[in-house]
Amino acid sequence: MTTRRQILLLACGALATGAQAQLTPNIAALRRAALDEAVRKVLAGAQARPGRVKLDLPPLIENGNSVPLSVSVQSPMTADDHVRAIHVFTEKNPQPNVIAAYFGPRAGRAALTTRARIADTGTVIAIAQLSDGSFWSDSVQVVVTLSACLEDGLI
Amino acid sequence: MANRVIVSLPATAKRGEIIEIRTLAGHTMETGFRRTQTGELVPRDIVTNFVCRYNGEEVFRAELHPAIAANPLISFSTVATESGTLEFRWTGDNNFSATHAATITVV
Repeated sequence: MTTRRQILLLACGALATGAQAQLTPNIAALRRAALDEAVRKVLAGAQARPGRVKLDLPPLIENGNSVPLSVSVQSPMTADDHVRAIHVFTEKNPQPNVIAAYFGPRAGRAALTTRARIADTGTVIAIAQLSDGSFWSDSVQVVVTLSACLEDGLI
Repeated sequence: MANRVIVSLPATAKRGEIIEIRTLAGHTMETGFRRTQTGELVPRDIVTNFVCRYNGEEVFRAELHPAIAANPLISFSTVATESGTLEFRWTGDNNFSATHAATITVV
């Protein structure tokens, strides 16, 4: 015999699965894999250590279509010791890459400012490659209230 | 030049000084992930590369992806070594190309 309580539980279960279906686990996993792949391509077997890089962007983003983003790396920027490249990735965008910037000792300062599109609440990662071959990284958790690329029902 | 760009940098600088350069290019940066109302994908149309040369020598280069907002802003710095010209070049999909040259006097 089905009690009212059981019917209620069933209904709740159906609602919960409906909410999860908004972002299928498949897409989330695919994007995670794409991010890992993109990071692996940059690192080429090396390990990125946390530190020296400062990724600066607002923790609460009201409009994901234009997010001010700046990256700076502690480095003397001399011919022997400088930052070669800064790469920025996001976790939830259809494509993980945001920007790759290449520097030399003539840059003076390893800093970069731009404006990015961020699709959804998640992690943003910056990886810096130094002239000695080491990699340093920083990651920031952001919350996006109005996401980029949502108007087309992509996500 | 049909493609509108704005570059701001100091007109004069001391030798060895680190100057900040801010660049802005007019471009929609169509991601290639959006669809029209009939469901067709809007083809990607973005600026993919940006290069800054100081008296012919490359000092900064960037590869842009669809995750860069419309009208891409790129701000970076360089050391003022000698008087001369800084040349900026944006290139992208559908043969997009924009150039800008700025002169700087180093004292």
